[in-house]
Amino acid sequence: MNVVVIGHVDHGKSTVIGRLLADTGSLPEGKLEQVRENCRINSKPFEYAFLLDALKDEQSQGITIDSARCFFSSRKRDYIIIDAPGHVEFVKNMVTGAARAQAGLLVIDAKEGVQENSRRHGYLLSMLGINSIAVCVNKMDLVDYDQAVYESIVTEYREFLEKINLHPRVFVPASARDGEGITSFSENMSWYKGPDVLEVFDSFEQPAKKIDKPLRFPVQDIYRFTKEGDDRRIVAGRIETGEVKTGEDVMFLPSGKKSRIASVEAFNVSDKPTRAYTGQSTGFTLENQIYIRPGEVMVKESDPPCRTGTRFKANIFWLGRHPMIKDKRYKIKLAGARESVWLREVNTVLDASSLSASDKREQIERLDVAECVLETIKPLAFDIATEIAETGRFVIIDNYEISGGGIVLENEPEGKDRLTEHVEHRDNAWQRSDIAKDRRTARYNQRSALVLITGPADAGKSKLAKQLEASLFDSGRMVYYLGIANTMLGIDSDLNAGSKDEHIRRLGEISHLFNDAGLILIATASDIDDYEVNAIKKLNSPNDCVVVTIGEHRLNTEKSDLHVPDASKHNEVINTIREYLTEHKYLIEYYL
Amino acid sequence: MDHLERLEAQSVFILREAYREFKDLAMLWSIGKDSTVLLWLARKAFFGHVPIPLVHIDTSFKIPAMIEYRDELAMRWNLNMVVGQNTEAVKKRQTFPDGGVSRMDCCRKLKSMALKNTLEGSWPRWVLDHETGKYVQEKDSKPYTGVIAGVRSDEEGSRSKERYFSPRDKENDWDVGDQPPELWNQFKTDFAPGTHVRVHPLLDWTELNIWQYIERENIPIIDLYFDQGDGTRYRSLGCGPCTKPVESTASNVHEIVEELTSGKFANIAERSGREQDKEDGNSLESLRRDGYM
Repeated sequence: MNVVVIGHVDHGKSTVIGRLLADTGSLPEGKLEQVRENCRINSKPFEYAFLLDALKDEQSQGITIDSARCFFSSRKRDYIIIDAPGHVEFVKNMVTGAARAQAGLLVIDAKEGVQENSRRHGYLLSMLGINSIAVCVNKMDLVDYDQAVYESIVTEYREFLEKINLHPRVFVPASARDGEGITSFSENMSWYKGPDVLEVFDSFEQPAKKIDKPLRFPVQDIYRFTKEGDDRRIVAGRIETGEVKTGEDVMFLPSGKKSRIASVEAFNVSDKPTRAYTGQSTGFTLENQIYIRPGEVMVKESDPPCRTGTRFKANIFWLGRHPMIKDKRYKIKLAGARESVWLREVNTVLDASSLSASDKREQIERLDVAECVLETIKPLAFDIATEIAETGRFVIIDNYEISGGGIVLENEPEGKDRLTEHVEHRDNAWQRSDIAKDRRTARYNQRSALVLITGPADAGKSKLAKQLEASLFDSGRMVYYLGIANTMLGIDSDLNAGSKDEHIRRLGEISHLFNDAGLILIATASDIDDYEVNAIKKLNSPNDCVVVTIGEHRLNTEKSDLHVPDASKHNEVINTIREYLTEHKYLIEYYL
Repeated sequence: MDHLERLEAQSVFILREAYREFKDLAMLWSIGKDSTVLLWLARKAFFGHVPIPLVHIDTSFKIPAMIEYRDELAMRWNLNMVVGQNTEAVKKRQTFPDGGVSRMDCCRKLKSMALKNTLEGSWPRWVLDHETGKYVQEKDSKPYTGVIAGVRSDEEGSRSKERYFSPRDKENDWDVGDQPPELWNQFKTDFAPGTHVRVHPLLDWTELNIWQYIERENIPIIDLYFDQGDGTRYRSLGCGPCTKPVESTASNVHEIVEELTSGKFANIAERSGREQDKEDGNSLESLRRDGYM
């Protein structure tokens, strides 16, 4: 079991852990003596905390700057203890430590009492979903083991924790320095009848098994090792909740594609499993070869599905150096999905230490906890965090850094999305030419449009697009083929990999310009999905977009205008596209 | 799920995450038990395949049996093997066994520098040709931006502070105080150009877990770990001149597990046989800051 030990700086976390390791005989032979010897050489008093703070700069500053793991076993089980730093500057390290834990021990200095950080830490534990917690009131020796002091801390802190829905199992008085209350008690605190810290650890319960919950299998990747003679197409990931068996009907969200489990794949087993369950990193093959992408969530048809949508209300804890602001593109990572996200509304900002809320804030500052509304371009599959935590929490990336963590509170009704707002704003302000659209149509003998050729990466799309351009040009049309490298190395040269939605946005805007000028634009796009096609169409409006899919059809709800299963006979394909364009009056034939 | 199953599931998850996010990814294989378990976990993660090249730094002082074992497994498991070396220092005999430099400097030259330059592709790399079973110099050595390593946090202090995904800058520097947050199972996988990342799927494993897992999965481990016939065996593997065997008659994996749970090594730190750790209290930390694994 992973237990995080946290508390305000100097309240004695590392000493509690050091004691726990020493008194349970969990230290390697000679370690204690070695640290004592180091202290003697450097003429400083020995502290149990030094057992943990092994790094040079930590010893010189005397504080824990990053969470360290250590291992020990009680008679009951194995523990990984995470020593999380308490200093406010290292909150992100503390959060990292706590996010790995199933239970938490909060340490409070009996003399200093409940501090700002003690409250903030409690709040963070609650937000991280760690409900199994206990409190150690340390340094009782500094208050003469006074029961009244202990009781008043218990009352004050318990009141605060209950407000944020944390219910500590127990409060333990201790003096870790002297080894009191860790694995035993002496007469000093004979007024206390409860368990010591070690017993508290053993009383933590493992979080309930999540097999009873609906299946949630975020797709991490799709593997196909054909070159090594392996024809399996394996959907890989980890089952976050629930279980699934071969033969069961499954659905992928948000795309809504359906299939059935053909096999559970495994390595180094004598019998292939027919069932997979919560916690397993596993893989499946499906009965029919549907096209899915990493980031979708596989659910069982017989289970309640995830929610899907582009907007949700969330609680965010912000760790970034710069505040989180509206109208800036961030990246969200939620389960297996990574998408662009925008902060749309800041409802309230909460001071995590005082629990006082303020509204009318426009941005989220460092260490703020805010309730806000987020919006993505593409729908995400998610759950409400209180129902299924694993698919209800996320992180926000700002300029390569994980800058915030959050949990989904509820869906937000789909309002006017960013893209629609943008297009409306653009169209209102557009400087319209004095040359009316139909004059261009008459002059060029064509209605402008985007011909978007989509299909798998190796389907020969660009060759086809160039031949189509030549064919149209030769028959007198005003046409331009926009090669992918021309955009990537040109207008997209400032984008890094993983900015596909921005590439799509720019493609839509370029197309809008070309079409406004009366030209037919031909562009290609690999592995494009329904939402991306929609975005391009929206941006290109009021002009038309003709979607041609070649090879394997990978769009889902979005039907293409023209589907060509076999793209190998280019001349035939070009004729088909030309016929379509003529039939739909993009290519206008005037007969005198 | 028991503790080992949970550790396995988490490591597999991390390996897959690394494979998904990094285009130029490599995995370090020192031939020792930890990185061999890591290799085995990769076979689990990718269902019998290892789609990631394995990098081995050959100091030229490795115990010969290690090299034999490496090449045998590489052929058997169809591994894409990449080998690097500080050939310059070896040729000029600037090594500790040759009496040229101190232990620390030897580690720095033969391991840290060789590793750094091999990963960057600035020194020659040799790859295994599976047709002939021989190594040939690699053409167009590209830098690896993601490197998977088998460090465990119970090995020593600085490792206990590691992230699963740990960024290093151009100079290989590791900023311990300012590491990226890792929330739930979301790791730092977005990088400005010039940075790269060390991925550590085994952080939560202990030495005992490693042996229990080797036993459970029946992983073919190099037999230097077993009694060599003279009542000694290696507990940790490194260069011949600096790694001493320990006194032990454990002759199979099960006996090693016994030895670690209730036997003579139940309470003795694993690296106690390594001379380099003793020269300076924080030598490993400074080596690690230089990129040492």
